Amino acid sequence: MYVAVKGGERAIDNAHAWLAEERRGDTSIAELSVEQIREQLGLAINRVMAEGSLYDPDLAALAIKQSRGDLIEAIFLIRAYRTTLPRIGHSHPIDTGKMACDRRISATFKDVPGGQVLGPTFDYTHRLLDFKLAAEGELPEAPIRETEAQDMPRVTDYLNREGMIQTEERTEGTPPDLTRQPMEYPANRPLRLQALTRGDEGFVLSMAYSTQRGYARNHPFVGELRIGKVAVEMDISALGFSIDIGEMTVTECETVNQFTGSKSEPPQFTRGYGLVFGQTERKAISMALVDRALRWKELGEDNVGAPAQDEEFVLAHSDNIQATGFLEHIKLPHYVDFQSELELVRKLRAEVMAASQKEAAE
Amino acid sequence: MDIQSLSGGFENAPVQSAHAFRTALNVLSRPGTIMELRGANAPAPVSEAAATLLLTLCDPETPLYLADTHDTKEVRDWIAFHIGAPLVGRAHAHFALGTWEALSPINTFPIGTPEYPDRSTTLIAELDELNEHGASLTGPGIKDRAHLGLPEIDAFQMNACLFPLGLDFYFTAGTRVAALPRSTKVEAD
Amino acid sequence: MSDYNFAYLDEQTKRMIRRAILKGIAIPGYQVPFASREMPMPYGWGTGGVQVSAACLTPDDSFKVIDQGADDTTNAVSIRKFFEHTAGVATTEHTVDATVIQTRHRIPEEPLTEDQILVYQVPIPEPLRFLEPRETETRKMHALEEYGLMHVKLYEDIARHGNIATAYAYPVKVEDRYVMDPSPIPKFDNPKLEMAAIQLFGAGREQRIYAIPPYTKVVSLDFEDHPFDPSKADHPCDLCGAEHTYLDEVIIDDEGGRMFVCSDTDYCSKRQADGHRGRLSPIEEAAE
Repeated sequence: MYVAVKGGERAIDNAHAWLAEERRGDTSIAELSVEQIREQLGLAINRVMAEGSLYDPDLAALAIKQSRGDLIEAIFLIRAYRTTLPRIGHSHPIDTGKMACDRRISATFKDVPGGQVLGPTFDYTHRLLDFKLAAEGELPEAPIRETEAQDMPRVTDYLNREGMIQTEERTEGTPPDLTRQPMEYPANRPLRLQALTRGDEGFVLSMAYSTQRGYARNHPFVGELRIGKVAVEMDISALGFSIDIGEMTVTECETVNQFTGSKSEPPQFTRGYGLVFGQTERKAISMALVDRALRWKELGEDNVGAPAQDEEFVLAHSDNIQATGFLEHIKLPHYVDFQSELELVRKLRAEVMAASQKEAAE
Repeated sequence: MDIQSLSGGFENAPVQSAHAFRTALNVLSRPGTIMELRGANAPAPVSEAAATLLLTLCDPETPLYLADTHDTKEVRDWIAFHIGAPLVGRAHAHFALGTWEALSPINTFPIGTPEYPDRSTTLIAELDELNEHGASLTGPGIKDRAHLGLPEIDAFQMNACLFPLGLDFYFTAGTRVAALPRSTKVEAD
Repeated sequence: MSDYNFAYLDEQTKRMIRRAILKGIAIPGYQVPFASREMPMPYGWGTGGVQVSAACLTPDDSFKVIDQGADDTTNAVSIRKFFEHTAGVATTEHTVDATVIQTRHRIPEEPLTEDQILVYQVPIPEPLRFLEPRETETRKMHALEEYGLMHVKLYEDIARHGNIATAYAYPVKVEDRYVMDPSPIPKFDNPKLEMAAIQLFGAGREQRIYAIPPYTKVVSLDFEDHPFDPSKADHPCDLCGAEHTYLDEVIIDDEGGRMFVCSDTDYCSKRQADGHRGRLSPIEEAAE
């Protein structure tokens, strides 16, 4: 006699227990602490905070530990947690002009006021496995240079003085909030930027790369890339003034793009903009390129049909939590819909067979 | 702000608003059905049913219009404390509260757009009484035919002609509530 | 944070979802945009249905969850557990005892009553999406009631295959106005869409909620010369003998042996308890 598969509940519990065991791995090896992950896997932390849209290195570290290092899973944990948090208020826009820069480079000028600051970058490392790290090596101390606290001028402001770059007008309007309102197309630039900054790094990178290879090429130069700490301020209505509630590290990239002018605008440079939580420069540069590609309509450029110009395509598919959920849901049982297809195909086949037999008989 | 403005909310918001929503859903899904709706008390002249509806459906994200009959300092204070809905004119209202006479003419409220017919106002009209006699109703939610005492006929017929655009209505009287979505066809009985 | 709100979602989120549900009821078949929240289960796994259920449930409800018609499929178990933990709501596997039923891909065989709410999990709410991928375009088509593309697609099926080649998620027209995706239920279930219960559809990832009020006109799209055919496997259930239910085909050996059983597990066991028997029912012991 046939007995339908039962016991889904026990199977789930057992799967979870096994998962916990696999997460821990060999118990003769010391367990990773959340602090170790936070301090030593900083770039993973940054990605989880950026795409999770929650600036909290400790929670990001916990999520990475819980997800066994699967960063998309960790991002998902952070997103699901963040939606349950009450919205107490809104901060003022951060002022990246007052950033305490750890890194600040411009590719468009040999030198700039404030200087080129390489900072902690992989850029000029030779990608040779460092076997010294496998043996727990001593940490060589990095040299220290005294700096004066000063605002770093923006490279694009120099271009702006000559009228060589399009000015971005300041608006007082409140930007829409992607996490509180349903996405609506066409989206305005603040909404696009929100979607891009929390978008999947790999997706945004590939979209940016496609523009470099000619699918809506927009001649980008890294006008400036800066990484460092900025203050976060918030109005406290009970106090009647704003206070500094902390600081966070962000990466900001402004690209300078050639623009040959249109009917209404003279030839000048235009910008793409990227701003991402943490030290996340691959993402910030990619974001700036895609932002620029999506501005074709506003700048009077041609839509050449490139994927990176297609707002709906880019925004609807950039979120890795949506993407991974929908992709993986095909693991769920679909036997009812499959059965209906099976019967349909059988019916169509039977009709075709009958028709060909009839033909043969005639 | 006096004490009256601070009282009259839900004691157990998650549970009371869940029950109140089910009532709101049931009456809108079955036009002509009258149900009891209790739990919140706002300053007069807001009925208990209307106060409960407001507390269940409105918050700082829903601009609210108060018609003359209900636009008192006490009511404003109560709404500011319990709901936080911004008070606006008719043209920007997601919800509107008043007696039927004060809400009329209703063609001054947004009816949505062809792309977004949901961007319309929901009116909460306070009536002296609610009864299941009167206008004849047909349409979604109604098996054969339902009846509801409506303050008039023409306005609802015209509203239904706008479908899928149009306004949706809750009628409240004391602790009783009924509803009429834009999809209902109304005829004089 | 260890303590979550009743039914998980915060009150403001529930109000937002509730408002969307009411708009959906007022405009049957129209997809209301809503600011779907990230849930603790993945998008595509029922987050829309879960949010709609969370917005509807009261502590007095009796909640049933089915996936493919069955209460014991893993994702149904997982969602049921979620609400047991977060809403402390009573759960049931019996359709008749449930006041709120969340479903994926099926409508229960037992006719639903006026006291019930059926919540569907919807993957792609836009019936025109596979004909036109752009939201900006499909929104216009709905606004103008321009459904020609859909009829062309269905007619091309007939020209090519002699039949409409859509077996599930078969499009319907609601109250003579909106073309609607009934979620991936088999077309066998389409005639049941006209029912006494309230039907709510939640698509979390796509941020849409829509609804069918009780006794609303729901017509499966078809042509005069090719009327809609809600067909199913031409077998009775091998366990309860029902000839009027949707069946799963189960492979029982590696020699082509198979059996057909009701996909609605509750309905099938109820029939068996009532003494109905099918081809492969166990041989009964002699009455004691």
